[in-house]
Amino acid sequence: MGLAKRIIPCLDVDRGRVVKGVKFVEIRDAGDPVEIARRYDQQGADELTFLDITASSDDRATMVHVVEQVASQVFIPLTVGGGIRTLDDVRRMLNAGADKVSINTAAIAQPEFVREAAERFGNQCIVVAIDAKAVHQQGETPRWEIFTHGGRRPTGIDAVAWAQRMNAYGAGEILLTSMDRDGTKRGFDLDLTRAISEAVSIPVIASGGVGTLDHLADGILLGKADAVLAASIFHFAEYSIEQAKRYLQTRGIEVRL
Amino acid sequence: MASSIAIIDYGMGNLRSVAKALEYVAPDARVRVTQHRHDILQADRVVFPGQGSIRDCLHELRRWNLVDVVREAALSKPFLGLCLGPQALLDFSEENGGMECLGVLPGRVVWFGELRDPATGERLKVPHMGWNQVHQLHQHPLWRGIPQDSRFYFVHSYYLQPADPTLAVGSTAYGFDFTSAIARHNIFAVQFHPEKSAQAGLRLLANFAEWNP
Repeated sequence: MGLAKRIIPCLDVDRGRVVKGVKFVEIRDAGDPVEIARRYDQQGADELTFLDITASSDDRATMVHVVEQVASQVFIPLTVGGGIRTLDDVRRMLNAGADKVSINTAAIAQPEFVREAAERFGNQCIVVAIDAKAVHQQGETPRWEIFTHGGRRPTGIDAVAWAQRMNAYGAGEILLTSMDRDGTKRGFDLDLTRAISEAVSIPVIASGGVGTLDHLADGILLGKADAVLAASIFHFAEYSIEQAKRYLQTRGIEVRL
Repeated sequence: MASSIAIIDYGMGNLRSVAKALEYVAPDARVRVTQHRHDILQADRVVFPGQGSIRDCLHELRRWNLVDVVREAALSKPFLGLCLGPQALLDFSEENGGMECLGVLPGRVVWFGELRDPATGERLKVPHMGWNQVHQLHQHPLWRGIPQDSRFYFVHSYYLQPADPTLAVGSTAYGFDFTSAIARHNIFAVQFHPEKSAQAGLRLLANFAEWNP
C-alpha cells in the first residue's frame, strides 16, 4: 500500500456558474459551484480543479468569490486555472483558498513567470497546464507540440521538452491535455501521457478524452499518469467518483476509498 | 470562555484553509490568523503551519521576530505543526544547501532523492503528492476516532527523521517507511495537510481543538 492515484473532476466556471465545458456548447446548463464541489467531495474526489472560462476580465473577481465559498466548505485540495498571468493573480487565488494555480498561456508567453511563481509561492502550488497535439505523420517517431487558443494555434514548442523545462523551472505538477482527444470520449492520448510522465520527475495529471472508466484506468496503467482528470463523465452523472474508484481498484490501482 | 486558537502567520503560504477548517470543526473556538506575538502568547492553542522552502520559512520567522514565541508556545501549550512546521521544529534540514532549524525537537529533515517502488521497481515522483496512508504507531489523543491507516493529503519533497524514534507517532510508505507525524508532550506535528484531508483531517483538527495534554 502507498500513495493513491488521484481522480480529479474538473469544473468549468463561467461568470460564477459551472458550465459543462467549452466543447459542449449546446448543453450549457449551469450549476452552483459550491453545491457541485460539495457533491464531488462527498463522492470521494481527491481534488477539484476549477477552470475559469469567463471571457471578460471584468468578471474575474467572481472566480475569487467562488473559490472563497468552496474553500470554506470543502476540505480537499483545490486548483484554479484560467487567466492566471501575474504573481498578483496567483496570490489572489491562493489567498482566496486555492491550493494550487494552473498556469497555461502565460507560461508560454513568459516562461520565467513559472520560475518566479514557484520561488515566491512554492513549487507545490504551481501547476503548469500543457495543451498538446500530435504533429507526426503515420509511421514517424511520435512528436507532440504545444497549442494555444483551445488547440487552434501552434507554437512550434515540443511538448516533452517543454514539460522538462517547466519541471526544471519549479513546476510542482503537470496538467497534460491532449487537444486531439479533448471532448472526443475516445480516451487519453496514452503515448503522449507516458512520454511526458517518463520525461519529468514531478506528477502528471492526464486530461482530455475520457469517456469510460477503462480510459481512466488506462491513463494510469499505460499512460503512467499520477492522477486523472475528467469533466463530462462526472458532470452528466454517467459515473460517480466512487464508482470510478471502485472500478480502478478492480484493475489493481490503489485509490482512496 | 471559548478557547482561542492562534494560527501563526509569518507570510508562508495560505492560512485561510487552515483557519476555515478549524472554524468548521470548532465553531465555538476563537480562531485567529496572526503575526502578533501577544496573540500567540495569549492563545490557548497554537498552530504552526508552513509552506514553501525552509530557508524562506526561517527567514520570515526571524523577520517577524517570532522565533522565541514559537519556541515558547511549543514548550507550553497544545501546539500543532503542519507540513513545513514540523520540519522547522527539528535541528537541521538538508533543504537549500543545509539549514539550521529551531531545534525544538531532535532530528533532521532529509530529501527524498531518487526513489523507486520496492515492489515494482518503478520510479516514484517527487514531490510526494497526494493521498497516502498514515500508520498510527502509538495511541494519541489526536488520533482518536481516526481509523488506522487512514489516508491524508501530502505535498512534500523532504521528510522528517527524528533522532529519537519514540517521537514518531505516524509513518507512511513511499518507497520506504518515513515518519509522517511526530509528537512529544504538548506538541503534535504532521507532514501532511489535515486541513485538506477531508473527514480524517477534520477529525484530527477537531481532536486538536479539544486536546488538553
